Amino acid sequence: MNTGNKRNRKKRGISRRRFLKGAAAGTAALAIPFRDADAITWESFFQKHFREMNDNDRADVIARLEREYEERYGKKFDISANEAIPGVKFGYGLDLSRCIGCRRCVYACVGENNQSRDPQIHWISVLRFKKGDKWVNDLEAADKYYNPANVPEPGYFYMPVQCQQCENPPCVRSCPTQATWKDEEDGIVVIDYNWCIGCRYCMAACPYGARRFNWGHPSIPTEELNTKTHYLGNRPRYIGVVEKCTFCIQRTRNEPGRYPACVEICPVGARKFGNLLDPNSEIRYCIEHKRVFRLKEDLNTRPKFFYFFAT
Amino acid sequence: MLDIIRNFMAAAREVVKGSRYYYMWIGFLAVLILVGGSAYILQLKKGLIVTAMRDQVSWGLFISNFTYLVGVAAAAVLLVIPAYIYNFKPIKEIVLFGEMLAVTAITMCILFIMVDLGRPERVWHILPVVGMMNFPQSLLAWDVVVLNGYLAINLFVSLYVLYKIAHSTEYNISIVKPLVMLSIPWAVSIHTVTAFLYNGLAARPFWNASILAPRFLASAFCSGPAVMIIIFQIIRKISKVEIENKAIHKIAELIAYAMGLNLFLFGAEAFKEFYSGTLHMAPMEYMYFGLHGKTRLVPWMWAALFFNVIAFILFLRPQTRENVFSLNLACLLVITGVYIEKGMGLVVPGFVPGTLGEIYEYSPTGTEIMITIGIWAVGALIYTLMLKVAIPIYTGELRFVGTDEPASSGEESTAAL
Repeated sequence: MNTGNKRNRKKRGISRRRFLKGAAAGTAALAIPFRDADAITWESFFQKHFREMNDNDRADVIARLEREYEERYGKKFDISANEAIPGVKFGYGLDLSRCIGCRRCVYACVGENNQSRDPQIHWISVLRFKKGDKWVNDLEAADKYYNPANVPEPGYFYMPVQCQQCENPPCVRSCPTQATWKDEEDGIVVIDYNWCIGCRYCMAACPYGARRFNWGHPSIPTEELNTKTHYLGNRPRYIGVVEKCTFCIQRTRNEPGRYPACVEICPVGARKFGNLLDPNSEIRYCIEHKRVFRLKEDLNTRPKFFYFFAT
Repeated sequence: MLDIIRNFMAAAREVVKGSRYYYMWIGFLAVLILVGGSAYILQLKKGLIVTAMRDQVSWGLFISNFTYLVGVAAAAVLLVIPAYIYNFKPIKEIVLFGEMLAVTAITMCILFIMVDLGRPERVWHILPVVGMMNFPQSLLAWDVVVLNGYLAINLFVSLYVLYKIAHSTEYNISIVKPLVMLSIPWAVSIHTVTAFLYNGLAARPFWNASILAPRFLASAFCSGPAVMIIIFQIIRKISKVEIENKAIHKIAELIAYAMGLNLFLFGAEAFKEFYSGTLHMAPMEYMYFGLHGKTRLVPWMWAALFFNVIAFILFLRPQTRENVFSLNLACLLVITGVYIEKGMGLVVPGFVPGTLGEIYEYSPTGTEIMITIGIWAVGALIYTLMLKVAIPIYTGELRFVGTDEPASSGEESTAAL
């Protein structure tokens, strides 16, 4: 607008086309708040819901997103959109008797899943409890911000919490735009980050504090970006949308048998993962041989995340 | 066609002309809107991080205002019930102003939702057909349906009635009456659905109590009409519109009953929580006594309770509700009391303590407050401009030209309103 006006004043006989160009630039300047990190283009504005796209649509969208990410981060991204593997339903086990509260899982997850470093977003919260204090049902005595020199600390125990991948997820029911859903095959609850309107109703609905919102522009140092991504998983997110754990969908769907990052990193083997439909899987062994419980069972969310004590 | 343009110009002239105080008022609102608008641009640029909301308390001042204004929007209906069902003439004549307030309040509700969205440009995703409305699963989808329906009903009725009066013709009662009758259950539904929006979340014990929806209705029927009483007094002061004291006193009486019910329901809830003393008591404890030394809401909640009780007494006694000073004092107390109780006092304790036991003390940032004030100014501006056209039509000073008129004896049709 400025340049347009200046020229207008200098040269009276300015062409109409030139003036229009200036006016267009002015309008674009007004749109700056949206433009900062992720430009809203025609295609991205009218992008369909992921589940409404056919294979061609998906290929087009993914090609465009890969281009956008490359422009933004200067790195080549690989975005897959693989469907669930038939006959697989994922389940997770966490052995509370082993967990030492080291938070390696938290940071492995951040790295694998491209969570924003500033502002910091963590999908896993490790809660610390004093032995003998109330817990399980009443988490008021939990400390999420413990920070000792060494773990485990005598007199304390730890309980990591992340998305419990409920079979009856209250977050999915609450979403007004169907931007989040549970895959009927492998049971993972996912979000279409290009469809979420950021109303945060799902965050109010989640009993496990598992959902995170991008309050500011997400930022990740370029060298720390993980470029092997899944559309519904770890591809870089946008400001103003909700995100959550997807059982590392980019690993577990694309490379059958591979563990999520948190399972892989756990130094004490407290984390178990596998196919609930396979009677020989480790997770089925745990469920059948240990005394498992699930968080907040009174809410009937039926998590596929099982806590247990191996020893 | 020419008539439409001419009539539009006539209406526009009403909006433009006014006294010095009118221009000062509009200028004042314009400044507030600019302040709010610039705060919103900052929020668009930097994200909702400029608010005090975080993952622990993910809704705050915006949703609080939304909730409160859904209550105000139903004020119209409390006027409609005695006016049309019991044919109470003094109120029937002023229902129009209540319906315009409902239109304003719903518009503000929509604005508060818009500024709360992380991706406002994607809001069309919530619509049916073009988007992917999650109906009937999501209560937010229900809210979109009932709020827009309520907006449409009230907008249509008030515009239609005004249009007819402006043409000095009788409006067709067989069109207006069914719509007005429909607006009664519909007003109840906007409240109930908004209450269910919170009520349905098992993750938040404070909201997941059956008493929530009844309390919503009771408190809405206090604060909305209190706003109306104040507006009616202003209207009759600054214009030739005559509003009988009888109408205002009747509304005041209705507020007394609604507040009585509201206080009773509050007592029932407080008894259950504090006497049984389970861990679901924590949010109530946070509100009225504080938790682990975190006491930010405590003075506000006690103030709200105190205001509501005093207002109840003032509205209940005929001497005080018919006295100009104590009537207006009671109105202000109710408006403030319910604003705290059904605003921040409802939204924040739902998140405190959080689902993982964390206590995050929320108090809005300057940006949030500026945006909120901006939206209130937009609402005040909308209502002012609507009145500016509606009042001269209502008093017979403004008449439209065109096909819709048999003759120019305007006074009877106004009385029939």
